[in-house]
Amino acid sequence: MAKITLSGLAHSYLKNPENEDDYALKTINHVWEDGAAYALLGPSGCGKTTLLNIISGLLKPSSGQVLFDTQDVTERLPSERNIAQVFQFPVVYDTMSVYDNLAFPLKNRKLSPDYIESRVQEIARIIEVEEILTKKAKGLSADIKQKISLGRGLVREDVNAILFDEPLTVIDPHMKWQLRTQLKVLHQKLGHTMIYVTHDQTEALTFADKVVVMSMGEVVQIGTPQELFEKPEHTFVGYFIGSPGMNILKTQVNGNKAIIGNHEIPLHKDYKNLSGKLELGIRPEYVSLTDNPDDLPITINRIEDVGHYKIIRASHQGEEINIISKEESGISENMRFARFDLDHTNIYANNWLVTP
Amino acid sequence: MRKTTNQKAWFMVMPMLLLVAFSAIIPLMTVVNYSVQDTFGNNEFFWVGLEWFEEILASERVHDALIRQIIFTSIILAIEVPLGIFVALNMPKKNGLWASLCLVLIALPLLIPWNVVGTIWQIFGRIDIGLLGYLLDQIGFDYNYTQDATAAWFTIIIMDVWHWTSLVVLLCYAGLKSIPDAYYQAAKIDQASRWSMFRYIELPKMKGVLLIAILLRFMDSFMIYTEPFVVTGGGPGNATTFLSIDLVKMAIGQFDLGPAAAFSIIYFLVILLISWVFYTVMVHSDKEESV
Repeated sequence: MAKITLSGLAHSYLKNPENEDDYALKTINHVWEDGAAYALLGPSGCGKTTLLNIISGLLKPSSGQVLFDTQDVTERLPSERNIAQVFQFPVVYDTMSVYDNLAFPLKNRKLSPDYIESRVQEIARIIEVEEILTKKAKGLSADIKQKISLGRGLVREDVNAILFDEPLTVIDPHMKWQLRTQLKVLHQKLGHTMIYVTHDQTEALTFADKVVVMSMGEVVQIGTPQELFEKPEHTFVGYFIGSPGMNILKTQVNGNKAIIGNHEIPLHKDYKNLSGKLELGIRPEYVSLTDNPDDLPITINRIEDVGHYKIIRASHQGEEINIISKEESGISENMRFARFDLDHTNIYANNWLVTP
Repeated sequence: MRKTTNQKAWFMVMPMLLLVAFSAIIPLMTVVNYSVQDTFGNNEFFWVGLEWFEEILASERVHDALIRQIIFTSIILAIEVPLGIFVALNMPKKNGLWASLCLVLIALPLLIPWNVVGTIWQIFGRIDIGLLGYLLDQIGFDYNYTQDATAAWFTIIIMDVWHWTSLVVLLCYAGLKSIPDAYYQAAKIDQASRWSMFRYIELPKMKGVLLIAILLRFMDSFMIYTEPFVVTGGGPGNATTFLSIDLVKMAIGQFDLGPAAAFSIIYFLVILLISWVFYTVMVHSDKEESV
């Protein structure tokens, strides 16, 4: 197990990248702590798989270095890096039995048969495939195959990190929950550094201690699920995480006042005079519907009842505002105003969070 | 319980029956018709029962042709299948100009009409004007496919390998292309050797197309006629007289329509039987694996 340091890492699939847009992965500096569980979250094409493949060594970065502890492994092949990777589609060796699949990485490393036997049995117990060890891997269901490909990674004791590339894509919904929980338990039990790539926020937030959110080849925020929710550092994070995402409204800021349209909202902090593209961000959970004419006037378009709460789809001068309101709080005809919880109101300049 | 019978339903299958009748059953029946009768012309036929079949089954000439046929088919399968896999493995995997060029070059022999292939090799192998024959002769081989049985076999086998390995290559290449990258990446991480990659990833994934390739090559080579007929005409002597060459000699050369018809039916049944065995083994082994 090892700490993984990315230093000045960047990658372009073009031979001679000219400007920023040519990079699939823009310069990133980051340290993955030993033994932590990370999720790499972002929409398709944001560069997360590129980053993962650089860490595993399947791809050589255009610039920068990858360090495992203090060793520079940038030039090393995947097989020399001692990492394990679980792919989007389960990779098993069809013609081998489950046992042989698990033993394969050890046999290739020419370890003693006794050791292989005991190690395979141990891992089979951990991933719960003991009963089917003698079966051919071919006819098994996708979730078991995915477990086996994970097992092939775990079987080596010296793995530095386990990398997951959207491993639950082809798994049935009811098995997804189970596998995700098992992964979490495995992580607590074995303590490997785990990096989990996904575009599903639920997967990322439930699996990881820390989530790395990426957009357009750039890391926009690294934080705990709590931090991503409370203090999104970039409007993309606010928008991408949460359902519905953060409300983002065009605004002007004058000291401790935000001006939306011709309505003034007093802020808790003094922002001085900001310039550039200014936006106010607030989660639907922190907006409430009131009948007080001092609050922001809104037009309610639609109310969605989602069971234990309601989502109110409204707008203010054409800009969308979503409000999440608890089921029990009644909604009356006069409630045409929105109040913001000022402790959870953020101001963004050119998409980035402003801290006064 | 009352059961409704609706005889009109038979009309529903009529078009299909008619189609099969005209395309397969009726032509086959004319052959069967010849195979159980003798004729001396004038449209006079005499019933002979299974006599022709007995004659063909006991015929030494047919036995020899069958043995030659089996040897020929085994040799070309033993060369074309491994060679085809080998070439497919070394084809460029990435799409691009180079890959397209390779594919076109590989596919070229498949586009040439069979009798033209025969003519090409007939000339190619001549010791006076053919490049192959002349060169072999010059470097000291006693090569003459019109007089020497070994040389004739060598020429025909090389010709078939040249003509048909491409088919195996293309099928295997398609099989290889369908393997997702993740398999190779996983194998790299598992530190699999090149041989293990072939044995545990590529070969299992190619199995389906490979069996089709073997079946096609078996059937085609077992029925081969045009190319050896053009190159050697079945000679020297009867050295390269394969089943279909022998059959044509019997039917058209000697005008023994009865025995030739019996021969055709037996020939057909042999191919059907072997193909059926291939197919069953294929399907069976597939089933066994998924248990």
